[in-house]
Amino acid sequence: MSEQPLFKVTIDNITIEVPAGTTILNAARKIGGDVAPPAMCYYSKLQGSGGKCRTCLVEVSKGSEKDPRPMPKLVASCRTTVMDGMEVKNITSPKVLDARAGVVEFLLLNHPLDCPVCDQAGECHLQDLSYEHGKEGTRYEFQRRTFKKHNIGPYIQLHMTRCILCYRCVFVADQLTAKREHGILDRGDHSEIATMIEKSLESDFIGNVIDVCPVGALTDKTFRFKNRVWFLKPMDAHRDCPTCSGKVTLWNRGDEVFRVTARKDEWGEVENTEDGKPAWICNTCRFEKKQTSDWVIEGPRMISRQSVISQGHYAGNIGMHKPNETFSAVHGGRQPKLMMDIHTASEVNKPNIELSLINGPAHSTDFNSKKD
Amino acid sequence: MGVKLLLEKAHVEGIRSYEVYRREGGYRSVEKAIKTMGPEAIVEEVKKSGLRGRGGAGFPAGMKWSFIAKPEGVPRHLVCNADESEPGTFKDRYLMEFIPHLLIEGLIVSSFALGSNNTYIYIRGEYAWIVDILEQAIGEAKANGFLGKNILGSGFDCEIHVQRGAGAYICGEETALIESLEGKRGNPRIKPPFPAIQGVWQRPTVVNNVETLAAVVPIINMGGEEYAKIGVGKSTGTKLMSACGNINKPGVYEIDMTISVEEFIYSDEYCGGIANGKRLKACIPGGSSVPILPANLLLKTAKGETRYMNYESLSDGGFATGSMMGSGGFIVLDEDQCVVKNTYTFARFYRHESCGQCSPCREGTGWMEKLLYRLEKGQGKSSDIDLLWDIQRKIEGNTICPLGDAAAWPVAAAIRHFRDEFEWHVTHAAEAQTRNFGLAHYADPIHVPTTV
Amino acid sequence: MTKFSETQLTEFNRLVARYPEGKQKSALLPVLHLAQDSFGGWLSSETMDYVAELLRIAPIEVYEVATFYSMYNLKPVGKYMFEVCQTGPCMLRGSDDIVAYIGEKLSIKPGETTADGLFTLKTVECLGACGYAPMMQLGKHYREHLTKEKVDAIIDECRKTAAANN
Repeated sequence: MSEQPLFKVTIDNITIEVPAGTTILNAARKIGGDVAPPAMCYYSKLQGSGGKCRTCLVEVSKGSEKDPRPMPKLVASCRTTVMDGMEVKNITSPKVLDARAGVVEFLLLNHPLDCPVCDQAGECHLQDLSYEHGKEGTRYEFQRRTFKKHNIGPYIQLHMTRCILCYRCVFVADQLTAKREHGILDRGDHSEIATMIEKSLESDFIGNVIDVCPVGALTDKTFRFKNRVWFLKPMDAHRDCPTCSGKVTLWNRGDEVFRVTARKDEWGEVENTEDGKPAWICNTCRFEKKQTSDWVIEGPRMISRQSVISQGHYAGNIGMHKPNETFSAVHGGRQPKLMMDIHTASEVNKPNIELSLINGPAHSTDFNSKKD
Repeated sequence: MGVKLLLEKAHVEGIRSYEVYRREGGYRSVEKAIKTMGPEAIVEEVKKSGLRGRGGAGFPAGMKWSFIAKPEGVPRHLVCNADESEPGTFKDRYLMEFIPHLLIEGLIVSSFALGSNNTYIYIRGEYAWIVDILEQAIGEAKANGFLGKNILGSGFDCEIHVQRGAGAYICGEETALIESLEGKRGNPRIKPPFPAIQGVWQRPTVVNNVETLAAVVPIINMGGEEYAKIGVGKSTGTKLMSACGNINKPGVYEIDMTISVEEFIYSDEYCGGIANGKRLKACIPGGSSVPILPANLLLKTAKGETRYMNYESLSDGGFATGSMMGSGGFIVLDEDQCVVKNTYTFARFYRHESCGQCSPCREGTGWMEKLLYRLEKGQGKSSDIDLLWDIQRKIEGNTICPLGDAAAWPVAAAIRHFRDEFEWHVTHAAEAQTRNFGLAHYADPIHVPTTV
Repeated sequence: MTKFSETQLTEFNRLVARYPEGKQKSALLPVLHLAQDSFGGWLSSETMDYVAELLRIAPIEVYEVATFYSMYNLKPVGKYMFEVCQTGPCMLRGSDDIVAYIGEKLSIKPGETTADGLFTLKTVECLGACGYAPMMQLGKHYREHLTKEKVDAIIDECRKTAAANN
């Protein structure tokens, strides 16, 4: 390996050294935390991705040691490489925050508010993005665009209305499968992911489009409406697979396997295996192996503790910390037996009423004891 | 009469044919360049000429040429951008249609300078009949030894191919054009790498506008220094202006960039004044994407000085009180035109032409179109105007390619200078459907404070 | 059966030969024009698959391109397509009236084709003839400085040509 010179780059006042050729985004990810710009279209494991969504825009306040002029426009940090002595402002730049809020608004403009019925909810990058970088409400008062529905086969569910046109799935088909069968059709705000002629996507590795999709546009049909991700326990598991690495994350409830995905890192990207290659998984592992007996379970999967998925799952360094505010602390020293036990304090309900015996739904009259 | 370098012979009978063009002194520059100058000397002349790209951005052409990478064994390409699609601009079409050999001549010299053995003309698909004209000119040039193998015994081989686009404004952006030339969707590439390093088929490529390449002919013939003496400041040489809208004599004019805007509009040599005896309300001096100016800021700058038809003067005052030369698409609005409606058609245009790759442009252009439609139809709210302003602000500078800026600027400028007309569409919604806002105060002299 | 004739194949080969070895995909746009002109003025999925096969590329690559550019018709169109420009400079010179007039005269709305399959009316964005507005594209050529009288004459002309060819 040839020695790459190291470049010093300062992002949000934190300086690190990275090899020449590193992008600003990847340098920022090395620092981590809030310094790493959000990325909706960039995917480090897909060649050519990035540059499109504009959420990772940053301000370059100093070009380099040699040419300290600032860059005139905000730049896409995922596609701009660092220079020695470069100074970058991400969350310390009001310009960036303003532009990013704008991008979030644009991305949500035509995005349906169907999170309650969307399988991606809870692990959706657009939800996170809007929560962290967006503004409350939208100023858009027109009808959202809709598309003709396409069936792309028994494994993958396509919801075009949710798509943000990141092109990741196109790169997956180009780079992981022998022949790409879907693509971006039409142009401008009518652009859509489609196959043109009704056709199912059936290549061995095409299921990976589900893992790379940042939103709920491409979801697992075998998991559709089965459960919410935050009710499931992610477990790392593996099997001897002739096609792929066989290293996956199982999403279980009890012993039941609801869903199989690739293992994802803290940026939501597929992890590498020991040989340094991304552990994409094959369709067989993803869609066909839904028995616990198909797998060797390794243990619980680390999920960012900010994620809704981790809520209440595990103790210790994964999942939520045990709260310090105990009931008695909150109740000023009192020790109520049950938080649910409100009947002692309130008369609105009658616990002795057997609801199953009431014909039809219960009404307030069933609970209000007559005074007579 | 101003100097004419490009269109001087455009109306000579039969100039489309090789014989007449040659008789009128055509292809001299090829002989001069190939026999007496080397590629470096040509690039030097173009640099000296101060020629600025005529496609819209105005980047110095010689400098662009000097950026081209020359890795060993990798072919280089010159691509002529004839995807003229900016509303208001039709000069390249005129040049190619009437004097096609001028472009071919410029292309041969430029190809020689850049070392391009296969040069492509990417022409917008709608100009279908011009493809035949160009291919005929290429055939004639080849038959006379100016193209093909071993041109004029120099050992330099060159072929020119004409590639038709198929209806996409975005392909006028050089990297989108390259993608299209490769048989792909016209999605602009993310730069870097720049075309000069990795262009078409990953090879070093220079993309230049038709007019820029045609201007190489007089530059070689008269020398870069002589060329630079024409015009003023950094606006050297001559510029083709496409004049359209409510004027008496719409058409293509060659100007030497020393005349005033007033002369250009009112002189009989050029636009011939406003049609039907009406008064001038506003003008978009450089194609749909540049800021619109009301009459009072068009003829005089904010400082009260005469505004001239050149790069510097048209942009005097920045975007606050100035505009841009752009591609030279000079669109004139008379007193009975509605700025809101005009802005709406531009917004519709940009929505239609957005490639859809990056989110601010894909979503923002459609949103602006819907808001402008609503305002124009008298169904808008006054908050829509502020919203439009905010949307354009969030598109500008945040997109992959300049189409985002091009969509944002006309909206911004229209609101900046014609806000009361927009407001009138809200406050007098019903009336706005029956008549136009009119000239109002847009031609009133602007008070220029003077220090005594 | 969708297949190029001998002469069309010669043209196809000429188009492909303009690009470097292995870059035959570059010929896609011109070949789609050729196919559209050869097979009834529009591109069926059968036509597009044929083009993909000829250029040895995946069909989706052809679909992506054909749907991107506005000049490719993905549905059958009338024998004569009136593509009237409606962008700013043409609007300033009264293109709205021309569109309305054609629509009234042929009893169709923009985007529709007459029942006899003869005319399609389409509104398009700037065609680069702003100085000669209002204008429209008809086949390979532009018709400029349109007036109601000119539109009448063009429609008559088309009807006559169509009748003569039948």
